[in-house]
Order: sequence, then C-alpha cells, then structure tokens
Amino acid sequence: MTTTPVEPEALEAAFEATIARHDRIEPRDWMPDAYRRTLVRQMAQHAHSEIIGMQPEGAWIGRAPSLRRKAILLAKVQDEAGHGLYLYSACETLGVSRAELTDLLLTGRQKYSSIFNYPTLSYADVGTIGWLVDGAAICNQVPLCRTSYGPYGRAMIRICKEESFHQRQGYELLMTMMRGTDAQREMVQESVNRFWWPALMMFGPPDTDSPNSARSMAWGIKRNSNDELRQKFVDMTVPQAEALGVTLPDPDLRWNEERGHHDFGEPDWDELAAVIRGEGPCNAQRMAHRRAAHEDGAWVREAASAFAERAGAR
Amino acid sequence: MNDEYAGDSSQWAFGTGFEDPLAGVDTTVPPGVDPAELAAYCLMLGDDALIMSQRLSEWCSRAPDLEEDIALANMALDLLGQARLLLTRAAAADPGVVPVLPEGSPVPAEDALAFFRDAEQFRNVRLAEVENGDFAHVVVRLLLFSVARLAVLERLRTSPDQVLAAVAAKGVKEVAYHRDWAGRWFLTLAQGTEESRRRLEAALDALWPYQAELVAPRPGFGVDPATVRDEVDAVLDQVFAVSGVERPDRAPLPGTGGEGAHTGALAALLAEMQVVARAHPSGRW
Repeated sequence: MTTTPVEPEALEAAFEATIARHDRIEPRDWMPDAYRRTLVRQMAQHAHSEIIGMQPEGAWIGRAPSLRRKAILLAKVQDEAGHGLYLYSACETLGVSRAELTDLLLTGRQKYSSIFNYPTLSYADVGTIGWLVDGAAICNQVPLCRTSYGPYGRAMIRICKEESFHQRQGYELLMTMMRGTDAQREMVQESVNRFWWPALMMFGPPDTDSPNSARSMAWGIKRNSNDELRQKFVDMTVPQAEALGVTLPDPDLRWNEERGHHDFGEPDWDELAAVIRGEGPCNAQRMAHRRAAHEDGAWVREAASAFAERAGAR
Repeated sequence: MNDEYAGDSSQWAFGTGFEDPLAGVDTTVPPGVDPAELAAYCLMLGDDALIMSQRLSEWCSRAPDLEEDIALANMALDLLGQARLLLTRAAAADPGVVPVLPEGSPVPAEDALAFFRDAEQFRNVRLAEVENGDFAHVVVRLLLFSVARLAVLERLRTSPDQVLAAVAAKGVKEVAYHRDWAGRWFLTLAQGTEESRRRLEAALDALWPYQAELVAPRPGFGVDPATVRDEVDAVLDQVFAVSGVERPDRAPLPGTGGEGAHTGALAALLAEMQVVARAHPSGRW
C-alpha cells in the first residue's frame, strides 16, 4: 500500500476553500494553528463570560421581590451555567480541557466580558441587564451562528435562542415596573442610566482600534465589525426605550435621516480600557468569588474522582 | 411600536399571566375538610419548600462544578414551584392566612405570604432554614429533607383535596430526583477521600438533631408525617449501610417549626429574602 503525502500547501488551500465557500470547519479538519488559537481564545472568553456573568444577577436571586421573578431569575442564571458548559465543550473539540481553561481564567491569563465588572445596585438592574446587556450580546452573537467553526456555530444557535428569552424577560420586568409606582419608575431610569454606556462598550473598541478584527473577519470567525454591530444595537434599542418610557443618557442621540441610522455619542474608551486592565468597580470581587467557589469545591471534585476510580477498579 | 413591545403578553417567553398558578384546577374545598386546617397544612408544606429553595439557590454560582451548580438550581426551582402552588392553595382555602397589604396593592397572595410574614408565622422545619455549610452539608440536608418529603407526597397523591393531590403528583417526580441526587452524592462522599468522609460525617452529625422534626406527629388534615417515620428510617438506614456510615446518636431538638419553633437563621434569611418586596408594598413586579 502506498500513501500519498499531503503537502502543507494543499491542506491550507483546502482550508481556505472551505472558508471561501462559507462552509464549516469541523474538529477533525486541518486548520492553521493561529486559527485554532484565535478560536480557543474567543470561545474560552465567551465561556468565562457566561460563568462570571452569573454573579451580578445571581446576587439578586435571594432578594427577588416576587416568587415568579425569583423563578425566572434563577432559571436565567442557571441557563448561563448551561451556556458555559456548551462553550467549554466546544473548546474541548480543539484539544483544550475545561480544567485548563478554568486555570487560565483564575490566573488572569484569559479574560471575560468587561460588562460583568459593573455592580448591580437594584432589582431594576436584573431587567436592564436582560434588555441592554443580553440585547447587546445577542447582536454580537447572532452572526456567530454562521461562524466558520462548526461546534462553535452550533453552540451559538442554542445560546442565541435562550438569550432571546433572557432579553425579553428583562424588558418585560422593566415594562411591568414602569406600570408600578413612581419609586419603581425612578429605579428603572437610574438603572438604564448606569448600564447604557457599558452596554455600548460591549461591542469592543472602534473599528479603527481593533487589532484582531481583520484576521477574524477573513477567517469567517467574526462576521461583522464592532461599529456595525454597535450601530445596529442603537437603532434597535431606541424605539424600545421610547415604548418603555425611559430616556437613554446620551444628549447626542438623534435620528439621522440621511444615514438612515441614529447618531450617538462616543463611549468613554478610557473607561473601557481601565476595566479591561482590571480597574473596573468589581473586577477583584468577581475573580475572588469564582476562585473561592473553585477552591471550596476542590475536595468534592477529588472525592468524585477517587470514588469513580475505585468504582472502575471493582 | 407600543403594541409590539407592551401589549400582548403571550409573545413573552414567560408570559405575564402567571398571577394564578391554579387557573383551571377545581379549587373548591371538598366537603368534610376544614378550610383552615387545609390552609395550615399547605402552609407547612409550602414553607418547607420555599425556605429550602431559598437556601439551595444560595449555591448558585458557588458549586464545586458547573454540573452541580445546574443540578442545585434545578432542585431550588422545583421546590420554588411547589411552594408557589401550595401558598396559593393556602390562600384560596382560607384567605384569612394572607397578610393584609395597603389598599389597592397588586401583590398576589403567594407573594403576600412569602414576603410579608415574620419568622414566627412561618411553619417550615428548622432543617430547611439553618445556614448553608459546605457541599457535604447540602448533600446531607437534601437527603434528610427529600426522603421525608417524598414519603409524604407519595401519600398525598390521593388527598381528598384535588389541588393538593395534583401538587403531590407533580412533586413526587421532582423530589424522587432530589433524593436520588443526594443519595448518590452521600455515597460518593462517604467513599471518596478521607476528607470527604470526614466532612460528610460532620455534616450528618450537625444536621441529625433536626431530622426527627421531619417525621414528628402533626394531627389534623393531611398526611401526618409521623405515619411515614418507619419508611423514612428504613430508607436512611439503607443509605447509611451502603455508604458504610453509622446512624448518628444525637438527641433531637425539642419543638417543631410547625408550632413556630425556629432558629435565629430564619429571621436572617427572611431579612434578605423580603427586603425588596417590603420596601415596595404596592410595587408591581
């Protein structure tokens, strides 16, 4: 039997052809190392964001003001744990384990979304996070359902369906509160004021200052630019804010007939850079919470492994 | 635009028509049943579920692994669902149990009961209210709780009260899973490492004095928990035997939560649980 050696050039050409056809790359396909590294970085960061993202809202499960809201919030935060699981599993198809990725998060070598470094100060924040934060996440994530890496795209389809529920429950909470007392309406407006700019920052730095974007676009990992998605989010959100009866805290926000889009002010990019550097209001708290949960659970994971080994030996 | 976002509640994932979870079920109190006794019984079962759910939900984002985080949240959600139906049933059977709120308050009965009663008005067992400890503590707590609750719910499926029978039929499936989860982890920790066994035994020792209350006699309407004591003992003995753990030799605490006996932990738990609701007694959520 003779085997035909496969030339690296041929592998690369096949990979490029798959990308050009907008087909999926699958785990056993050849892929450039840099493509694999970029995917692991992006998917792991997304998984970490789901897990860290359980904290800001999770802080209000115990204080939810009605049993119905408690059930909705608990189910929502549980979904986020589930999303983390899908994404860690998708990462594992690229040859990196959940334990390794957890270690990278806990030692600060991989990041999570900076939005979760802001505090939640009232129950209205549960609604605002659903509406604006999950809304922004959906804008970012819907194009990822068509991303070039198969397991990532398929995980994103499920995640986007659930995120869409999350956004609606948030908006519905705010809508209900706006029909309540004056104090509740003030709570909603105050919350929207705090989360509007951080939500806009979720799309990342402006295109002129986004170093990894071009290559991710070329590989079909990313499908739209940061600024395109940010504009889409603003255009989608303005009419929702009007229906809700809240003001978005941007004096420069207005409809531009010529562009067919809303003009809006510039987020404070220095603030985003500071939060990414670890100087946000809750960075230390979020990491300490995650680390404590991981360390407190170490003896349980060891016990489960020891038990499984013993059972396997029997 | 307004209609699209605000009008029809059916487009929302969770709807907005959840105010009456017993919609469509015959809620008439059956002949021969004292409505006040039925309400008291539902409050007891409902408070157990509510307070246990609150403690379980504190584990959210803190579990040893993502799988267990999801499992604990699931069990908290199951018990919360049972609590909502039972509190609503108590209020329907005897509206006199529902705390009075400011006139025109939109707060539904289940929430008035959950958020506007003080600690001494709660009827839950103390096992449900004591503070969380480590993972062994939640495993032991769930085991003791679910073994007794499952035995009671199984018998309640034939309750003359249709609502209670329906709640029990649904609850049996849920609590059977809780018992299974707790039993499997009990065995795993007992036979895992020296540390896991030490922690499991410490948790069992700490929680055992609260166990007897789960099967203490409770005369009146409903399944008397004392009638399931033998079955509960048998199940626990089996778990202990399989795991190689000795049944603790510790005296039970006197009194029962059903008579209003609580630990200091309940007031602290309620202070957190009720803080937002009480700040807005006419709020809409």
